[in-house]
Amino acid sequence: MVTPPTVTGSSPQQTRKNDPPFLELRGVHKRYGGVTALRGVDFDVWAGEVVALVGDNGAGKSTLIKTISGAVHADEGEFFVDGKRVTLGSPHASAALGIATVYQDLALCENLDVISNLFLGKEVGGGPLPGVLRRLGESAMQARARETLDRISINVPSLDRPVAGLSGGQRQAIAVGRALLWGPKLVLLDEPTAALGVQQTAQVLELVRRLAESGQAVVLISHSLPDVFAVADRICVIRLGANAGTFLRSDATVEKVVAAMTGGLTIEAA
Amino acid sequence: MSTASEPAGSYARTLRVGTLERVRVFASGDLGPLPVIVGLVGVWIFFQSKNAHFLTARNLSNLTLQMAVTAILAMAVVVVMVAGEIDLSLGSVTGVTSALLGVLLTNDHWSTAAALAATFGLGIGIGLLQGLVTVVVGVPSFLVTLGGFLAWAGLQLAVIGPAGNLQVTNSTIVAIGNNYLAPWTAWTLAAAVVAAVAVVEVLRVRDRQHYGAPPRVWRVAMKVGLLAVALAALVAFLDRNFGVPYVLVLFLAVGAILGWIMRRTFFGRYIYAVGGNAEAARRAGIPVGAIRVATLAISGLLAGLAGVVSTSMLYATSANVGGSILLLEAIAAAVIGGTSLFGGRGRIYMALLGTLVIASVQNGLGLLGQSASTEDIATGAILVLAVSLDSLNRRRRAAAGV
Repeated sequence: MVTPPTVTGSSPQQTRKNDPPFLELRGVHKRYGGVTALRGVDFDVWAGEVVALVGDNGAGKSTLIKTISGAVHADEGEFFVDGKRVTLGSPHASAALGIATVYQDLALCENLDVISNLFLGKEVGGGPLPGVLRRLGESAMQARARETLDRISINVPSLDRPVAGLSGGQRQAIAVGRALLWGPKLVLLDEPTAALGVQQTAQVLELVRRLAESGQAVVLISHSLPDVFAVADRICVIRLGANAGTFLRSDATVEKVVAAMTGGLTIEAA
Repeated sequence: MSTASEPAGSYARTLRVGTLERVRVFASGDLGPLPVIVGLVGVWIFFQSKNAHFLTARNLSNLTLQMAVTAILAMAVVVVMVAGEIDLSLGSVTGVTSALLGVLLTNDHWSTAAALAATFGLGIGIGLLQGLVTVVVGVPSFLVTLGGFLAWAGLQLAVIGPAGNLQVTNSTIVAIGNNYLAPWTAWTLAAAVVAAVAVVEVLRVRDRQHYGAPPRVWRVAMKVGLLAVALAALVAFLDRNFGVPYVLVLFLAVGAILGWIMRRTFFGRYIYAVGGNAEAARRAGIPVGAIRVATLAISGLLAGLAGVVSTSMLYATSANVGGSILLLEAIAAAVIGGTSLFGGRGRIYMALLGTLVIASVQNGLGLLGQSASTEDIATGAILVLAVSLDSLNRRRRAAAGV
C-alpha cells in the first residue's frame, strides 16, 4: 500500500484547527461479500468548507458517501460529529445529526410543484383530522420555501409550477434547497454538475460556494476536476478503497490529484 | 432581497412574475379544464340544435341519473391511476357488491344497515386484497385486477344464483337512486354548502395573511359567488322537473370529499408523489406500499358504492350489473378528464366533467333515436380524440419548455 502524501494544515482557516471538525471518520471499512469497498478510510470536514471527494470509478467514493448519509452501514470505523462519537446506520440517524444528502438523480417528483418537492415527505400542516388526513399548510410551506430559497439566492420562475418545466440547473437548485430546508450542518452532493451545461454548472458551483459561506459543511463528489478546483477548499482523493492523499486547493495541481487518483507514478500503466 | 426584510416588495414581485407567467403558461398550452368544457358545450349545442328536448330540466335530470354510476367509478379510476396503478376490476366489483346487497336484503332479510355494511366491507376487502397482492407479492396491479375482473364477475353469478336476477324492494335502498330532494331541503343544502365553502375559504385567506402571502380576497369572493350562482341555477332548474336527485347529491358529495383529500391532505399529496416518482417518494420517507394499497382499497369502496347505486336504480340486482363496458367507460371518462395512464396526473372534478361528456353524447344519441352501436362508436371516437388533443398539447408544451 502506498503511503498517502502528508497533509499540511487540514483546514483552510487556521482558527478551525482549534475546533473539532463537524464530521470525522476514522478507519472506515466496508465489505460487500468478497469485495472490499473501503479499507480503513479517514475523512473529515469542517463547518464552512467545501471538501471534494474524488477518485476513479469504483474507488469507493459512493460507498463512503453512503456510510455518511446512512444508506450503508460501515463494518468497522468510528464516526464523530462535533467531536462526539456517534453511530451512523440509517438515513434517519444521519438526518437527525444534521446531515442532508442530495442524490445524483435528485429524487424529484416532476408532476409536483416546487413547494411540494421541497417538503416531500416532510409536509407541514394540521387541522382536526388525524394522521395522513391532516390538512396541508400550504401558506406556511410557501412562506418557508420562499425564505429558504431567498437565503441562498435560488431563483425559480414560480413556486407553484411543476418541476417538469424547470431547467437542469434549477432542478439541482431545488434538490439542494430541499436539503437546506431543515437547517442541516452538512450537505452531501453527489455529482451535482454531471448532467448540466456550462452555464448551469457555473450556477450550481456558485450555489455550493454560498452554502459553505453560510456556514454549512459541504462534501462534493465530482468527476470533473475543473469543477472541483473551482469550488473546493480541500480535495480528498480515494483510490482502491483507501485514502490516496488530501490536498489544500492552494497546494494542489491537476497533475498531483490525477497522480493520486491513478496511483502515483504509474499513470501510464494504469 | 429577503422575504424577512421586505415581504411586501418580495410578494409584489412574485405576483407580477406570477401573472406574466400565467399568461405565458396559458398561451403555451396548459389549458386546464378549458378543452373539456369547450367540448362539452359543443356537444350540448349540437344535440340541442338537433332535438329541442335535450336541454330541458327533465332530460338533464335524467342525464345526472344516467351518469351517476360511471361518475363514481371514474373518480375511483382517478385515485388509483394518479398513484400509478390501475384497477380493471371496478366493473366486476360493482357487480358482485350489487349481487351481495340484493341477496342479503331479499333472500336473507338482513337489516338495511347490516346489508350496506357488508356490501361496503366486500368492496373494501376486495380492494385491500388486490392491493396487498400488488404490493407484497409484487404483481403489477394491471394483472392482479385483470384476474379480479374475471374472478369477481364469476363470484357475482354465483352469488345471484341461477335465476340471474333478484328484485330489491327495500325502501331505503330504492330511495337512493329514485328519490328527489324537496325544494326547501335542496335550497337549505345548497345554502349550507356555500356557507361551508365560504368559511373554509375565509380561513385560508386568514392563513395566507398570517404568513404574509397575498390574501386573494377578490379571487375567493369570485369563487364563492360563482359556486352560489351555479348551485342556485342547478337547484332552480332541476326543481322544474322533480327536484334534485339524491344520487346527484351523493356523487357530488363523494367528489367533494375525494377532491379535498387529493388536493389538500398529506394523503393526497403522497398519492401524487407515488405516481410521479415512486423512488423519490420512498426516499422521502413516504410509505409507498401502504399508499398503493390504500388507493386500491378506496377504489374497492367506491365500486361498492357504485354497486349500491346500481341496485337502487334498477330496483334489482342482475348478472348484467357492472361489467366490462362500465369499467371502460369509467376509464375513458377519467382519461377524457386529463388523467394520465402513467400516474401522477389527474383531478377528481375533471373526471366528473369527462363523465358528463360521455353521458351527454350517449343521452343525446339516445334522444335522436340512434342505436347502442352508434353510441359506442361515438364514445370510442371521443375518447381517442380527447387523448390525441391532450397528447398534441403536451408535445407543444414540451417544445415550449413549459
